[in-house]
Amino acid sequence: MSRVVVTGMGIITAIGNNVAENLESLKNRKHGVGPILYLETSHKGEIPAAEIKFSNAELASMSGIDKSELYTRTALLGLIAAQEAFDSGIGKYGISDTKRTALISSTTVGGMDKTEKYYRDYLNNDKYSHFVHTHNCSDSSMKICDHLGLRHKNITISTACSSSLNAISFGARLIKHGLADRVIAGGTDALTKFTLNGFNTLMILDKEHCRPMDASRTGLNLGEGAAYIVLEAEEEARNHGKDILCELKGYANANDAYHQTASSPDGYGPYLSMKGALDMSGLEPSQISYINAHGTGTDNNDLTEGLAIDRIFGPDIPPVSSTKPYTGHTLAAAGVVDTIFSILAIREQLLFPNLNFRQRIEEISFEPIKELKPAKIDHVITNSFGFGGNDSSLVLSKY
Amino acid sequence: MEELIQKLKVEIIEVLNLEEMEPEDIDSDDPLFGEGLGLDSIDALELIVLLEKNYGIRIEDPKDGRKIFFSVRTMAEYITENQK
Amino acid sequence: MEAYIRGIGNISPQNSWDNADFPGETVLYDNNRLKCIEPDYKEFIKPIQMRRMSRTLKMGVAAAGKCLRDAKVEMPDAIIVGTGLGMMQDTEKFLTAIIDNDEKFLTPTSFIQSTHNTVGAHIAVMLKCNKYNLTYVHDSISFEEALLDSLIRIKEDHSEKILLAGIDELTDDYFTIANNVGFWKKDINGNTDLLNHNSSGSIAGEGASFFIVSGEEQPDNYARFAGVDIFYKPTSDDETENFIREFINSRGLELQDIDLVITGMNGDMVGDNVYKRMQKRLFDKTPTAYYKHLCGEYYTSSAFAAWLGVMILKTQRYPDDIFINDHKPSGPVNNILIYNQNNNTNHALTLLSAC
Repeated sequence: MSRVVVTGMGIITAIGNNVAENLESLKNRKHGVGPILYLETSHKGEIPAAEIKFSNAELASMSGIDKSELYTRTALLGLIAAQEAFDSGIGKYGISDTKRTALISSTTVGGMDKTEKYYRDYLNNDKYSHFVHTHNCSDSSMKICDHLGLRHKNITISTACSSSLNAISFGARLIKHGLADRVIAGGTDALTKFTLNGFNTLMILDKEHCRPMDASRTGLNLGEGAAYIVLEAEEEARNHGKDILCELKGYANANDAYHQTASSPDGYGPYLSMKGALDMSGLEPSQISYINAHGTGTDNNDLTEGLAIDRIFGPDIPPVSSTKPYTGHTLAAAGVVDTIFSILAIREQLLFPNLNFRQRIEEISFEPIKELKPAKIDHVITNSFGFGGNDSSLVLSKY
Repeated sequence: MEELIQKLKVEIIEVLNLEEMEPEDIDSDDPLFGEGLGLDSIDALELIVLLEKNYGIRIEDPKDGRKIFFSVRTMAEYITENQK
Repeated sequence: MEAYIRGIGNISPQNSWDNADFPGETVLYDNNRLKCIEPDYKEFIKPIQMRRMSRTLKMGVAAAGKCLRDAKVEMPDAIIVGTGLGMMQDTEKFLTAIIDNDEKFLTPTSFIQSTHNTVGAHIAVMLKCNKYNLTYVHDSISFEEALLDSLIRIKEDHSEKILLAGIDELTDDYFTIANNVGFWKKDINGNTDLLNHNSSGSIAGEGASFFIVSGEEQPDNYARFAGVDIFYKPTSDDETENFIREFINSRGLELQDIDLVITGMNGDMVGDNVYKRMQKRLFDKTPTAYYKHLCGEYYTSSAFAAWLGVMILKTQRYPDDIFINDHKPSGPVNNILIYNQNNNTNHALTLLSAC
């Protein structure tokens, strides 16, 4: 079965509108968390978030479309990131056969940003009827396909915060089985009142800048964003003379099967997903040079993820960091955002710091990395864990 | 106190949607969580909102819930002590 | 890529719970809204668990339980769910609370349960199933995407037993919202003559259709998923025709091998024309059926169609009121093609074959 490689990527988060800007921010400790400016919510000034600092009209003009009023914010973010991924991995090589290029996207709340605004109207009149159709999770995927001219498989996954890692894994499987030549895989989620209030009811939003992996952590910061990568078979990429960014050596999904929101006390699901991805890659734990943790900053996640890392890698834990303090938790996009950061770590041979860390969590053996530092990075694990105990991990390797 | 305990039982059954349960099925001193009534962390969050909405008491740290919501009686005591 | 169907659990607006007397009498409705006939949940769900569960979740858990029991499988190797809209009841509840209370006094339960993967996750927790757990949420092809994943998994590991589902619920709010944008026919008072109105829209429906699929051949399997494919926005009917031809040929069959076509015709005059044109081009002499008068229109209704096809293959009997042309199967039904599409954008083909 063919090896699956990554040949393109695109991203928009609170720390940059493209890959280059995100990398610059990562290098310079420039984070995107701050007071809420764009989302209309009564929690403005009280709960911080990592918003992308553009209005929908500005995002529409960035993505080169003129009718911003017909696009949800989720779709607009998706268009921008998917276009960059397409251009870098497909467009620049002059490939035009979009019939064999599949899109696998993901989102947690789809077009909720419009639904929560016009819900009363939806129920009582047809004033905003065009937006009713954009509520579906598939809407942003279809808009992306239309924008890029893709007419092959058009797939949308929703498994909460692990969504986009599952999109990437499914993409790899389509390629291995010859069901697509290329896959653009990732996810998109705009910040919404629905998710902000939802996480607030769970009392897991930090009112300050989040502190993943720190003993004093009190919760996460929500973010918004979209990111996509281009996957293809190694020989397909080589035939087109492509610059191969990394190899996707392993992936796995497992279920914690413990509780709808809480992780099992020993992090069994995270253990299984990391173990599964490692087993597929054929690598030993000692060969992993960096772990990009899910590390949201909640009490429960960081403890159980840490315990699972200890169980697999202890006592020689590779460098670990969570990059959530930069981008906030971008929900469906989180997995692919972290995947791109992991690829950048491999490409730049740089470890990105876990901002705001001060004190080790008592129950776990390791501290995350605090400063940017050059390192030999051959193999990276990245994790994404979501509601419903949905746990996913990837192994990305230097090519 | 007994009056408040009775009122709380009715409210708990309502907010947690404990179908087929009557107030007298809940022992005032039995643990609400774990082996007692079998509630979990989500129920605790529901009870935090109940305290805020019906009694004007705000709990900032969900960890405090474990002590306060040990039983219906401890809940009633907490309300009596903290209600303004 | 193929998989045998070993178990079924189906909750629909028809009497599909107990399949002993398939096809049975069609359940008739006198309006444009078809509701699931729900089983007694107590057999599958403890009261303490029930307290947080919406109607969809109860339907999903019960249908999954029945399906596992039917297949005599205790622990599936994967749980793969397709749902177009996910958990509408909880989504509406939380959304309405946000709007009504201006973002105050909100409680977490409905938010937690609103997540699209709640059904699959809940089943995993109940079974303590640590395996692969995915949810596909793509419009009218959500079930087919879940099926595609299942078939790929079985190709990867023949022995897997996968719990596969299509599930969507119809809430009052969603019925109203969809009605306001013209999804439902107004000139109709029942489900019997769905195709005889020259109007747009359809009738509303819902359902929870679960299957256990496996690569292992067994004498008591129901039938076989012999292939699935999806495609997006054909630019012409020629392209659609080619897609269908290639799909059938790639499964080693010719057009004439298809004994029955089950289309997603739903009474919408524009959408139905897409099927009619393809029928004329490809299946003029093939018995052709529809199913949405039985279950209504919803995003994963093709999972109901799969149940219908599976039951036809297993029993070699069929409801009389499903045919849209004058042809009925003249011999044994061995291959059924299910073709569903939405607004000529998302198209899906599923091939079902006898074991």
